[in-house]
Amino acid sequence: MEKKKITIALAGNPNVGKTTLFNAITGARQHVGNWPGVTVEKKTGKRTYKDTEIEVVDLPGTYSLTAYSLDEVVARDYVVEEIPDVVVQIVDATNLERNLYLTTQLMELGSKVVIALNMWDLAESRGDKIDTRKMEDFLEIPVVKTVANRAEGIDALLEEVVREVDKGEHHEHEVSYGDDIEKKIIELEGIVGKDSALSGKYPVRWLSVKLLDGDENILEKIEGSSVATQVNSVLSTIKKDDYEAAMAEKRYETINTVLPQICVKCVNEVTFSDMIDRAVTNKYLGIPIFLAMMWAAFEVTFTVATPLMEFVDMFFGWLAGVVAQSITNPVLGSLLGDGIIAGVGSVMIFLPNILLLFLMISLLEDSGYMARAAFVMDKLMYKIGLNGGSFIPLLMGFGCNVPAIMATRTIEDEKERLVTILVNPFISCGARLPVYLMLAGAFFGRNAGTVIFGIYILGIIVAILSAKLIRGTVVKGKPSPFIMELPPYRLPTLKASAIHMWEKGSIYLKKAGTIILAGVVFVWLLSAIPAPGVDAAFASEEILGTEDSLIGVLGHIIEPLVAPLGFDWKVAVALVFGFIAKEIVIGSMGVLYGTGEDEDALAEILTAGAMTPLTALGLMVFTLLYVPCIACVGVVKKETGSWKWTLFMMVYGTALAWIAAFLIYRIGTAIGWGL
Amino acid sequence: MMPEGKEGKVVSINAGQGLKRRLVEMGFCEGSLVTVHRSERGALVVVVNGIKYALGKGLATKIMVSDC
Repeated sequence: MEKKKITIALAGNPNVGKTTLFNAITGARQHVGNWPGVTVEKKTGKRTYKDTEIEVVDLPGTYSLTAYSLDEVVARDYVVEEIPDVVVQIVDATNLERNLYLTTQLMELGSKVVIALNMWDLAESRGDKIDTRKMEDFLEIPVVKTVANRAEGIDALLEEVVREVDKGEHHEHEVSYGDDIEKKIIELEGIVGKDSALSGKYPVRWLSVKLLDGDENILEKIEGSSVATQVNSVLSTIKKDDYEAAMAEKRYETINTVLPQICVKCVNEVTFSDMIDRAVTNKYLGIPIFLAMMWAAFEVTFTVATPLMEFVDMFFGWLAGVVAQSITNPVLGSLLGDGIIAGVGSVMIFLPNILLLFLMISLLEDSGYMARAAFVMDKLMYKIGLNGGSFIPLLMGFGCNVPAIMATRTIEDEKERLVTILVNPFISCGARLPVYLMLAGAFFGRNAGTVIFGIYILGIIVAILSAKLIRGTVVKGKPSPFIMELPPYRLPTLKASAIHMWEKGSIYLKKAGTIILAGVVFVWLLSAIPAPGVDAAFASEEILGTEDSLIGVLGHIIEPLVAPLGFDWKVAVALVFGFIAKEIVIGSMGVLYGTGEDEDALAEILTAGAMTPLTALGLMVFTLLYVPCIACVGVVKKETGSWKWTLFMMVYGTALAWIAAFLIYRIGTAIGWGL
Repeated sequence: MMPEGKEGKVVSINAGQGLKRRLVEMGFCEGSLVTVHRSERGALVVVVNGIKYALGKGLATKIMVSDC
């Protein structure tokens, strides 16, 4: 029998558990966090329920169907234009009033809605009594109780969804806006109804309501239609400001007349969350607490990782031994030993650090602290022409700049979003950490931790000053108003955080096995080919990684560019390949210095004269600031939609990197430090 | 400017079109009760309908509140 196919969309306010429910339905493992704006792009998954194949679309959170930021546009457009068979609205049971606001909008649009009353266990445990039967009667919408994080109520929900599709009947619900507004609605309905293209696609009353609402998207649609002038003449007779807010308030009134009948108690009380907030949002303690948490996270990634690194080291040592013993073909042996194991191994050794870094970020995201950090930093962000909302994407950059730049979609103001994207790469991502760990470990001994922390701080300072500079010159404007929901804290479960960590960690592993592997093999290949005029065999000992190889020739061509910074040709080559992925800076140094998998051996060679503490510091700073990796450049292009800004970011960063490394080298040399 | 711990009623919102609608959608209707949890040189943490929001300084001054 042919299976029936339907599409459902998961919609709802931010932070109500849409993605958790999505995962529970589809078995996917999309990232869930506890702050508004985790999901910025729609995601699809599949689930077969009985004889129905269900395509599930997880939408970004939105407070209403009028979109303000890009992530909300994604949600609005999907519901309005793609018209899924059923919209499942996830309603936070602890927060009915505002959640039902979106429900009224979905009802007006005429979407087929099923409500998933999520987190009702929380509501019940604090003494709320929600009468779902009455709720269904009043709203004329099926209501199913769910607890998404325990996957409860999923089958019942799907059952209801399938039944709703089969029902076939379709009714639009109305909110009554009072005589004055209703008159205008009727007048507009008469006009809009004449345009068959519009009225064929959208409910006429909904269009009229949205016009009075001042919805820009609908106004645009009308502009291009046959009834534009008539509509505009009606709209010109009203005072827009008054209407917009008045209509929103009417919707709340409608909800408030129903609410007492479906829910008893339903008021939030002072809670555990409030007690934590007293401390973390405190005038004097807020910023110190934030810094202390950063420092603690940082310490954990170092100290806990150290013993674990031994294991990775042992594994690669063992692997190198096996290769050396069993592979007799010299070229293959060199490829595996000097190329792959040396290159990938020198990156992989830092896997424990990376995993711990991601674990720390997961704990931060899952707890609900992120939104508080945004509040604490709002004042500082205001000074540089942004608002607290830009802080979360910056903070996420410590993990990886690619999702961090995607997260800027929650920023409503276009200009602020652009600036936040442009400075994001200065926030030092996890991929750059191995470079610092290697170099600081080799040259700064016991002070390595402090030096690396300093590099991170430098990245933040450069990001902040650059934002101020850009905001004061090329992208002028005042900071936009800042408002952000502070979700209740949730105790992160170790399991969830571990899964989250593993997901990001496995991306790192995959990257090591693909892009970094390819990068180092390529570097090895170039270093194994004899330079023109050199009489030696391919991959022979005497040319490998030396000036007599092809890479040596290429390195010497670009060396003059970085010679003023005290870098030699091997570093120059490493930096060029670092554009593919920053870890390759270390990976290719491992290949070029011919040190095999052993991290300590690379450190020994470097400290024995290849570099000085001064050039090592310069290289760390250069790696921090220069052009971000290719994936990051790609996402900047995609999100800004402009090659001009992408190029600006690349050139600006590289120029800064050069200047900073130059100053470090020159000033350091002049004062006779680190020679 | 309301002090910490104080409860008030929203009287009006002096903001431009989109922003005003946004605030109402988030629950700042005329007549809504607002409790100030934290006030830090203009920036506020407030609770409206049991939902906690952080408001930047600029925005907080646009929401007019009266004693109740």
